[in-house]
Amino acid sequence: MEKFDAIVVGAGPAGCACAYTMAKAGLNALVMERGSYPGAKNMWGGAFFGPQMSGLFPKFWEEAPVERFVNRHVISFLTEADSLSVDFKSYGHEDRSRQSFIMLRAKFDRWIAQKVEEAGVIVASGLAVDGLVMEGGAVAGVKVGEEEFLSDVVVLADGVNSLLAEQAGLRKKFSAEDMKQGVKEVIGLPRSVIEDRFNLKGDDGAIMEFLGDCTGGLPGGGFIYTNRESLSLGVVVQLGELVTHKVKASDLIERFKRHPFVSSLIAGGETLEYSAHLIPVAGMKMVPKLSADGVVVTGDAAALVLGTGLILEGANLAIASGVAAAQAVVAAKEKGDFSAGALAQYDETLKGQFVLKDLATFSKAPEFLENKRIYETYPRLACDLSRQIFDSSDGNPREHTFKVLQQGLKGKVSLWQLVSDGLKARKSI
Amino acid sequence: MKVEDKLALNKFEVDREVHIVVDEEKCASCDLASCVYACPAECYVAREGRVTFSYEGCLECGSCRIACDKGAIAWVYPRGGFGISYQFG
Repeated sequence: MEKFDAIVVGAGPAGCACAYTMAKAGLNALVMERGSYPGAKNMWGGAFFGPQMSGLFPKFWEEAPVERFVNRHVISFLTEADSLSVDFKSYGHEDRSRQSFIMLRAKFDRWIAQKVEEAGVIVASGLAVDGLVMEGGAVAGVKVGEEEFLSDVVVLADGVNSLLAEQAGLRKKFSAEDMKQGVKEVIGLPRSVIEDRFNLKGDDGAIMEFLGDCTGGLPGGGFIYTNRESLSLGVVVQLGELVTHKVKASDLIERFKRHPFVSSLIAGGETLEYSAHLIPVAGMKMVPKLSADGVVVTGDAAALVLGTGLILEGANLAIASGVAAAQAVVAAKEKGDFSAGALAQYDETLKGQFVLKDLATFSKAPEFLENKRIYETYPRLACDLSRQIFDSSDGNPREHTFKVLQQGLKGKVSLWQLVSDGLKARKSI
Repeated sequence: MKVEDKLALNKFEVDREVHIVVDEEKCASCDLASCVYACPAECYVAREGRVTFSYEGCLECGSCRIACDKGAIAWVYPRGGFGISYQFG
């Protein structure tokens, strides 16, 4: 039976980046994907940054199924009846590679997998790997039903629930406190309506993020991404908190859609799909052992996700980890040594570049983001104070704005808490 | 909009083989019902003090597996090609 240099489990961004890089270096790789096509099992909010993709596929945006190029980013605080937004818009984008790209996974993953196939790799869809083949403590291949497929290295790119990484002893089951659950609807709307409502021209795109009422004050947020002819709308909430507070994300997304700010943006839209996914959000502390004899783990399967509250970045880290894993496998092949020691080059590469450096820089962010005041007290304060400042006077003489702020804070949050949260924010996000 | 109406919009290739098995004995002694709140597809429903489960609308997110601390949920992926097939994602 044919033995492969490497078997990659999962045809998402990490697996495809890895297989593509190995193929370009002349290795004989096989990709196995459990969905009936790449992307069938995947969803995300909607956007990612370009530099990693550009490294693999220069000017990829000219042929990849890009929905829109982000030039507007809105962050909004919500209470039941109010909203307060920061609206950033960039008019001078010359360099596409520096923009974020809005894409849909069912299209994007198929496109990147096609690139892998063009590089000479078989992407076998509809094949679920049931387990690992072990030989003397080393991973030697994968099992699909009764059948075994052998390889020098197995690359685990099988996503956040990687049962195989658990089987390989690289990690334990993640805990509900370290995970966020994302639920999303794709809502169809005519292109012209989207461009009018979101103030977009041509291929311009918008990302909107929401804090407060959309999660009922639980840690997390809401989002809207503009696709070409649909919106991706959803909420992301810490899984442990859903369970503790007996709240369902399926109810929260409906509450989010009913908010006056949001309902006018989606009015007349038709829901086309409902999806859900987990996101590992505890950062550095949950990153598992990345390699062992005959195996490396990449992307979400290795919890390589950066969440700072303002940035939620996963696909980029997945692609970078896939490339780094491929480089380690190529070097191991040259030496004919696939032991943990040889594959540790992968760990070293990630430590030396943005993937683990960013996770280290923001190692305190996950703890900071557990602070409930961010999701409950501050959005309400911001909206209440805005209303007091902007609403018409009640007939009594007006006060200085600072005094209005001071009185508004009274009983809601102490000055000490405000300063302490501010100081923590400075060091964590 | 109800979850069941949303799930009806999704493309599923439902497998005859069940990929999630719930240990009803362990469930009977559980009063947390974590699964009910963890599942975004409302596959777990609390009725008259017990939880009923159906796997057909499962979005394969893995939340129930992680949320259940009673070890009552035996969770694997559906067989290759089966289960949810996102058209947008």
